[in-house]
Amino acid sequence: METLDQIKLRIETAVPGAIVGILPNDSPSAQCSLWVSREHGRAVAELLRADANLKLDYCSNATGIDWPEAELTEKIKVKQVVDGVEKEVEEVKRTLRPGCLEVVYHLYSMEKKHGPVILRMRTGNRADQVHLPSLTPVWRSCEFQEREIYDLYGLVFDGHPDLRRILMWDGFQDFPMRKDYVGRDDYEYEPTPHDELLEKAKLHQAGEVKK
Amino acid sequence: MDEGLKNELQKQGVFTTTLEGIYNWGRQNSVWPLQFGLACCAIEMIATSMARFDLARFGAEVFRPSPRQADLMIVAGTVTKKMAPQVVRLYNQMPEPKYVIAMGACAISGGPFKQGYNVLKGIDRYIPVDVHIPGCPPRPEALLHAFMTLQQKIASQPLTGDHRPRHLHAELPSEFPVPAFGAHDLEPPNNPSLWQAPALRRG
Repeated sequence: METLDQIKLRIETAVPGAIVGILPNDSPSAQCSLWVSREHGRAVAELLRADANLKLDYCSNATGIDWPEAELTEKIKVKQVVDGVEKEVEEVKRTLRPGCLEVVYHLYSMEKKHGPVILRMRTGNRADQVHLPSLTPVWRSCEFQEREIYDLYGLVFDGHPDLRRILMWDGFQDFPMRKDYVGRDDYEYEPTPHDELLEKAKLHQAGEVKK
Repeated sequence: MDEGLKNELQKQGVFTTTLEGIYNWGRQNSVWPLQFGLACCAIEMIATSMARFDLARFGAEVFRPSPRQADLMIVAGTVTKKMAPQVVRLYNQMPEPKYVIAMGACAISGGPFKQGYNVLKGIDRYIPVDVHIPGCPPRPEALLHAFMTLQQKIASQPLTGDHRPRHLHAELPSEFPVPAFGAHDLEPPNNPSLWQAPALRRG
């Protein structure tokens, strides 16, 4: 299979205006993934499927990720002049990472017997810009998985043929897989609470969780 | 009747019993379970009904596909919040007298999924449970034991008096409210007349 850089180059020439990035993966598997701008997601998907060298005709998995707003801290070394002497001083650099929802597709080719190519798209934020193009018209196997992502993350797929909740009931309003989801305070007495349950017990006893 | 006289009569080939005794004897040896399973515990329930463990020895091999023909509900498996109203509805559709066995950690308490957002923390919040079986999943022997426990319970039920079972009290309910799907959880989260949260102990 072609390298991600080659695929990226081909996408950029074939789909004008598409912004493609390569997200590194530091783990031993080094499975890096392609990130594409959401406006061109559908066109890129169709290209990946139709391209004669790639023929990615099978989407094995689609899943969501919630990235809440977070402050990232990074230690950097800065040269500073202290009392006339130049010294290397460690400084903590703080950057604010905006929140977003992300969807990840794992694509394989049955015909060429290669894969996976990992395709990612991100929403604008987690509140009002939660729309992404649905890739169900390209890969039918995404249908239920996109419904599940919609159900648990609240990510809306434009162009999905039947976007309804799939695991929770229709009247349910929360998105339980979001990091900031807080369920109803249904804590019950446990003889030996520990870890997360201990935190839950403390919150319950302080009466800080919504009833 | 005096126990000694009863024994003496039995030696002469005369068997005496009470109407209550023979009535309950008939009931306890012909319990028809409802054929439904919710998760992996159902596999053990199926194994129990097959030749190796043979639930038929206890007269309960006739699993009925309709709640109208069943008098025992074996809640075998995880009860998700989405499934809970259907379980209660099935229970309501069963004719009296009816019994419930909550089989496995999930059915009795939510089990390993207890802290999740989507799993009911025990079916005894909505319907009255006669026998609880711990285990994940319980072995078929455990289900047989629960079944024998239920048989003992049936055999000991008086037909008259203050201690007669619920179905012989005309004023007690035979149907229980079906929970509704709320915006965040089931409404109500439990049936207060059946189940109350344990009192909080601080410290």
